[in-house]
Amino acid sequence: MTSLKETPSQTAGPYVHIGLAPGAAGFDIYETELGQDIAGPEAKGQRIRIEGRVLDGTGTPLKDVLIEVWQANAKGIYAHRETPQPEGEPQQVEAGFRGWGRVISDFDTGDWQFETVKPGPVRRRDSRMMAPHINLWIVARGINLGLNTRLYFEEERKANDNDPVLKLIEQTGRRHTLLARTQDQANTGTVETPSVYRFDIHLQGPDETVFFDI
Amino acid sequence: MTPPDYFSRDRRWHPPAFTPDYKTSVSRSPRLPLLSLENTASEITGPTFAPTDIAEGDNDLLTNFARDGGSPIGERILLHGRVLDENARPVPNTLVEIWQANASGRYRHKKDGYLGALDPNFGGCGRVLTDDNGAYAFRTVKPGAYPWRNGINDWRPAHIHVSVFGSAFAQRLITQLYFEGDPLIARCPIVSTIPDPAAVQQLIARLDMNETRPLDMIAYRFDIVLRGRRSTMFENRMEGN
Repeated sequence: MTSLKETPSQTAGPYVHIGLAPGAAGFDIYETELGQDIAGPEAKGQRIRIEGRVLDGTGTPLKDVLIEVWQANAKGIYAHRETPQPEGEPQQVEAGFRGWGRVISDFDTGDWQFETVKPGPVRRRDSRMMAPHINLWIVARGINLGLNTRLYFEEERKANDNDPVLKLIEQTGRRHTLLARTQDQANTGTVETPSVYRFDIHLQGPDETVFFDI
Repeated sequence: MTPPDYFSRDRRWHPPAFTPDYKTSVSRSPRLPLLSLENTASEITGPTFAPTDIAEGDNDLLTNFARDGGSPIGERILLHGRVLDENARPVPNTLVEIWQANASGRYRHKKDGYLGALDPNFGGCGRVLTDDNGAYAFRTVKPGAYPWRNGINDWRPAHIHVSVFGSAFAQRLITQLYFEGDPLIARCPIVSTIPDPAAVQQLIARLDMNETRPLDMIAYRFDIVLRGRRSTMFENRMEGN
């Protein structure tokens, strides 16, 4: 079999928006801007909003970052033909549930946010369940190869304690870097008022986020 | 059935995170080792795109932003190639997105303040789905070189940014292509983040006189390779063998 080398990565640069989110770069060119809706109105489950920043080693928020989000629906099913099929369940997700989105930070503050539904636990091939999580891929100027990480939910204590990925982190003091923190416990998470979580990503420093070689 | 794993990434072929000659990487590079993960459903799945997501003509940068029959200034080029995986199999129906400066080296972005002129007929982005053979093509203009604040006299070689999805989140890739024969390639601190000179060669689009359109466009060929995956063992045959 012929064997090729993967094309090497290069930084997305400061102007990644031109290519991947041109509306944010200041011009409308396409009929459809991709990645604007992660979970359409028909998607079931708890509505959530994630807010955060990506911080560099000096604690300065990145104002030019682009994050891609990839997640399962509330039943733990990805919108993809290779998603493992739960027993006796049809594989497809709700109409309008894409599970993928593009998120950019504010050019002045570095704050970003996105709305979606809380994902369900996902089965691994060894049948162990992974706690609900959202996969993130981070690119920006100065990042030579996109960074992969996961966002887990603070309140899922039991599922997180048994999560095979969180358990891989030997330095238990770093596990918290993957936990999104509930901002409003009383909130039920309706379409109008989603539950709010906080998730800051640290590229370096004492709180460096755990990044994955996937 | 268990879908097959993706090959692990050869991180010696990619640029490391910390590359001090490219100054912005210094404060933006993780310093602790990455945690190695086995492939799970979260990595072997990824977003899929349909022709309805994009419009015909999104891959024609000569016309997708031009006004009233106008045309961008610059050397007209046909940029084409194939998206393959490491097993040399085509990756069909995958989204390829590009963005670039115009012929004077200026980006259409509210944060770009370079002296080079904006071109009223050039937006600088395009996108297309690969066909059944993994092939893609764009019409555009050759971007100009431009200075940037790294060293006091650093210039980026002419380049086009390329974003490719593949069929799994594990294959997600952003890179840049350069143009054969450009003397600035060897002097660029971003190009030089790649340690292996052979890997740099993989980012250089080649002049392709066979596809050049006489009296119209010069062609460049740029093939893109995404991560491959192992074969799946079935009860009575090997998938893909």
